[in-house]
Amino acid sequence: MTATLPARKRRARLPWGALLWPALLLLCLLPGVLPALINPLNLGEVGAFDPPLWRLTLTHLGLVALSGVVVLALGLPLAVAVTRPGWDAPRQLAETLVGLGQTVPTFAILALAVPALGFGWAPTLLGLIVYGLVPVVSNAVLGLSGVDRGVLDAARGMGMTAWQRLWRVELPLARPVILAGLRTSVVYNVGTATVGAALGAGGLGEPIINGLSQQNTALVLCGALLSALLALTLDAWLGLIERRAGQMS
Amino acid sequence: MIQVEHLEKRYGDSVAVQDLNLTFPEGQLTALLGPSGCGKTTTLRMINRLIEPTGGRILLGGQDTRILKPEALRRSIGYVIQQIGLFPHLSVAQNVATVPDLLGRDRRATAQRVDELLDLVGLDPAVYRGKRPAELSGGQAQRVGVARALAADPPVLLMDEPFGALDPLARDRLQDAFRDIQRRLGKTVVMVTHDIDEALRLGDRVALMRAGRLEQFGTPDDLIHRPASEFVRDFLGEDATLRQLAGRPVSAFVRAGLPSPGAPRVQADLNARSALSVMLREGHDTLEVLRGEELLGHVAWQDLRGEGHA
Repeated sequence: MTATLPARKRRARLPWGALLWPALLLLCLLPGVLPALINPLNLGEVGAFDPPLWRLTLTHLGLVALSGVVVLALGLPLAVAVTRPGWDAPRQLAETLVGLGQTVPTFAILALAVPALGFGWAPTLLGLIVYGLVPVVSNAVLGLSGVDRGVLDAARGMGMTAWQRLWRVELPLARPVILAGLRTSVVYNVGTATVGAALGAGGLGEPIINGLSQQNTALVLCGALLSALLALTLDAWLGLIERRAGQMS
Repeated sequence: MIQVEHLEKRYGDSVAVQDLNLTFPEGQLTALLGPSGCGKTTTLRMINRLIEPTGGRILLGGQDTRILKPEALRRSIGYVIQQIGLFPHLSVAQNVATVPDLLGRDRRATAQRVDELLDLVGLDPAVYRGKRPAELSGGQAQRVGVARALAADPPVLLMDEPFGALDPLARDRLQDAFRDIQRRLGKTVVMVTHDIDEALRLGDRVALMRAGRLEQFGTPDDLIHRPASEFVRDFLGEDATLRQLAGRPVSAFVRAGLPSPGAPRVQADLNARSALSVMLREGHDTLEVLRGEELLGHVAWQDLRGEGHA
């Protein structure tokens, strides 16, 4: 657990990724930069984008961010509920169900969601939520059930109520592990969200799908490059938050 | 004062504690002693209702503990455990301030109280108040644990093998420090232990339990010199007297009188068992006891046989 690492070691790592990746992402989004980089490779012709790349990136980020918020809002209470004493059976059930979410292919979830929700961003969001729940719930369960028994006994013995134990002791101590789960979830979903373009959700999957249908590898490369940079950026930023939380606890 | 009346705890068919009747005297330290599984920890945890009894009742200062909400009851009772259980994400000062914070006490008064308590347990507030539990040794952490239990000035302190996880040196030091604190504050302390030395050394009273029942309740002298049963005698062991002597300074046995010529000299704070050992080594029946350079008197081996006036 990161909380047990000595503080000096953690501070020594420079957060260079948190500056480099977003800088590269912004650079690629400037009009004309990506065509200038990719056209010399002779993989296909990349011209002006409509809608522009920055808008696709924002749509993509929005999908990922919204699913992240919903995942946290659903996953955290679920993890808290199943880690209460005497809830061993529901915990195993929840872990199995959540695990199932990851074994079902994303594409299948999306395809199944379309008849119910129609095309567009809604089925994509559903897929991202189902897929993103796994790391958040499993990490939160791990973090909450990993809180030292002696610490909890002391908290109870000193007269904390169940809520006070949760807010003052369990959640702060589990925070680094929970944030690590959220980070994994968000980074995975940047990749997963590209599939949403097939359902008309927009985002950085759009140049990839178009590139595939037009046999234009350069377009595919554009979408892949941007979504990779977006994933690296979010990974680095959430890593910063996670490290700060680790230092506080 | 804590009165336990017909206390009982059953788990299905098995009985952890049965028909326990016991009064923990005000301002004294009572050691709850016994082999593992005898129900001593269960008894302790029923006092602050971490475990709810299945029968009988407990009176705290004459009041039935069931009339209070468990949380309110626990905030009025200090609690120290073997695992120490400091909150790793909070500073030493925040840990000590836990119960005053739960009680909504004034922050500034609490900060001052925290410093006083750190002083009391032998930790310099300026050095330790901002530290994290991970930066403390086991002994220091349990000193903070004791300070935290005393923070809201509860009249009663429950301790579950508080020094059990410490190395022998730290344990001895902390036992001494705690005995001084207890003398000064006069709290009513219930301390669970399976360590006979600890019980005889720290306990004003000892309650020896066996299989959920009380086997004997009395002073350490009662248990050693007047064991109520064969079990008590066996449990304390053949060297119980030596164990007890180890917990007392030789000065507790001193008699005034003229120095006997040629007697070996020992310091007053030497423990009585070591003093006896000096007699055996030097082949002498009497020792001269000094405090610094000053002669306090002498001690003969017969004096050690009786009950010291510690």
